Amino acid sequence: MKLEDLLSQKRTAILEKWFDAILETYPADTSRFLRKQKGRFVNPVGYTIFQGIEGLFEELLQGMDSDKTSLFLDNIIRIRAVQDFSPSQAMAFIFLLKKVIREEIKSEIGENQISEELLIFESKIDKLALLSFDIYMKCREKVYEIKVSETKRMLFGLLKRANLIYEIPEQRPHVKRPH
Amino acid sequence: MAKTLEQDELLSTIDYKPPKKGWMETKPSFKPGTYCYAALPKNLEVIDFPAPEWSPTDEDWKLPPNWKEIILEGMKDRLSKYRTFKLFMDICVRCGACADKCHFFIGGGDPKNMPVGRAELLRSIYRRYFTTAGKVLGKLAGARELTEDVLKEWWYYFYQCTECRRCSVFCPYGIDMAEITMMGRELLYLLGRGINWALEPVAKCYKTGNHMGIPPQGYKSIIEFFADEIYDITGIKVEPTFNRKGAEILFIIPSGDVFGDPGTFTLMGYMMTFHHVGLDYTFSTYASEGGNFGLFTSHEMIKRLNAKMYAEAKRLGVKWILGGECGHMWRVCNQYMETMNGPADFLEEPVSPITGTKFENAKASKMVHISEFTADLIRHNKLKIDKSRNDHVIVTYHDSCNPARAMGLFEEPRYIIRNVCNHFYEMPEETIRERTFCCAGGAGLGTDENMEMRMRGGLPRASSVRYVHEKHGVNRLACMCAIDRATLVTMMEYWVPQVAVTGVHELVANSLVFDGEKKRTVGLRGEPLKGYEGAEEG
Repeated sequence: MKLEDLLSQKRTAILEKWFDAILETYPADTSRFLRKQKGRFVNPVGYTIFQGIEGLFEELLQGMDSDKTSLFLDNIIRIRAVQDFSPSQAMAFIFLLKKVIREEIKSEIGENQISEELLIFESKIDKLALLSFDIYMKCREKVYEIKVSETKRMLFGLLKRANLIYEIPEQRPHVKRPH
Repeated sequence: MAKTLEQDELLSTIDYKPPKKGWMETKPSFKPGTYCYAALPKNLEVIDFPAPEWSPTDEDWKLPPNWKEIILEGMKDRLSKYRTFKLFMDICVRCGACADKCHFFIGGGDPKNMPVGRAELLRSIYRRYFTTAGKVLGKLAGARELTEDVLKEWWYYFYQCTECRRCSVFCPYGIDMAEITMMGRELLYLLGRGINWALEPVAKCYKTGNHMGIPPQGYKSIIEFFADEIYDITGIKVEPTFNRKGAEILFIIPSGDVFGDPGTFTLMGYMMTFHHVGLDYTFSTYASEGGNFGLFTSHEMIKRLNAKMYAEAKRLGVKWILGGECGHMWRVCNQYMETMNGPADFLEEPVSPITGTKFENAKASKMVHISEFTADLIRHNKLKIDKSRNDHVIVTYHDSCNPARAMGLFEEPRYIIRNVCNHFYEMPEETIRERTFCCAGGAGLGTDENMEMRMRGGLPRASSVRYVHEKHGVNRLACMCAIDRATLVTMMEYWVPQVAVTGVHELVANSLVFDGEKKRTVGLRGEPLKGYEGAEEG
């Protein structure tokens, strides 16, 4: 049996274990809540992580469409980038998939072709990890960007209202005041 | 030969699992981005609070030698003074109904942000020093010693509660977590420990009448600046008056509306609406703040800062007070003002001079919410509206916590929006009305210092905004709170950047048709109206 067939067959078990492993990165009371509360809007973290890993697993099996893969990763990483994690902790969830798969196909791993295919498959997970670095950095940069833009919004407006600065009048209406 | 890594070896060097310790043993770590800066001594001195020089990250908080006594005396005093505090300390059965209702817990995952957990920080001390079981059984009865670490924990977590009261909606006993937070903050202030973002507005308000510290002449010129903006966009001259004796109505707004976009567009919206119906109103440069950061400081401070409203209404001889789109202002005005600074027997029971409607709900406070006032105008066909002028926006409505949960103001804003916009979509039921999710910047936490915490807490609100954005193309998030208008903008930038934030009266004003107006091609924020995209301003 080919590795990808095997993984498809064990899809539910792998996803559940991967999900559980990610939830273990949260304190016990929190992971219980993230696991048990099913509502999308009352448990956005649990929902997003599960939807995300489900999508990522499909992409790993199907051939990694870069837009879709990035979106699934972004959804999860955007959350973990502001939670109480160091960068390595925030990103660890990608590598947990390797661990889960190795455990799940332990008995088949020595069979023909499988170990070689596993190496290739794990390289794809590594690729996800590299993509995740970009996304994580983008999110962190965004946090600093919004801090600056919030301050700018207040300061600039204040100076203008106090008539302390001259502003070149805008000629075209559609570029005036983006927010 | 290089050492080959064993399976998991690399991963095991990264500690990605949290430590397994009991909550009493887990100390908070003050990580930048998750807490606000300490209240500055100059701001504390102005209001006669103890004014230490310190930083929350200091190992030694340099507490006075008798600090324990001060805190315990403070608790004792409040337990006897406030029946609710005593009740809330005693009656929780830890059923867990509130546990997963806090936006900070849902988005951040820190178990001490479960409301029951946050309250337990205070209850454990209450049990130890004020109950027999706690005195005798100690930890077995959920009691613990008051130590400097406990104090640090209080400071950390009572400034991770936005006093939004979502958890209270679900508590079968009606325990009001906001009041517990308020008590925790009051006690900390006995030692001068607070956050500057909440306290500086208090100090400024005490000195100048508003949180921003805008002096009377500045306040007047800023509002006139926006009157000029209205003229540029509509060709209509609104003429706001200030401190005008004999005006029928005193109009009080949160100062956030004169300070930052998009609140300023809401301010323009108020003035245009009043001009449209010819309302006889005045601003005050002294009662120049509807908000009351005293609510995030102490009960005495709420009263001190609120006193100016009735005092100014009396001085000017108005009939009643109208209030703008603010959030926590309405918890104070609707629930505390009359008790604290009333009775306002020199004012009349509010009656709309335009429609004759008597606002019986405001009989005691003599203060009407602008959405009640405007909804009534619409109901009586007093506004000439062209809904299509809002066709460039697809709107959803965020129930701002305090007007929703402290006033039950659910229908009026929706009625207004439906009457001035063609495209309005609700967010999922479990995230609106009394179950609305907070912006995560209320109760004095809306500063850039704790941006990560705000983004965590903002996730639940943002998730439902994103849902309606993806499903219906929503591009505008309406709300009725000045803090919302400041913090939701930033929150949207991170979570749903396609959605901009608006006050309700910006939408009203965009739709208003005036006699003698010039051709309207742009909205109040200078954005082109539908059909005028890319056109020259005319």
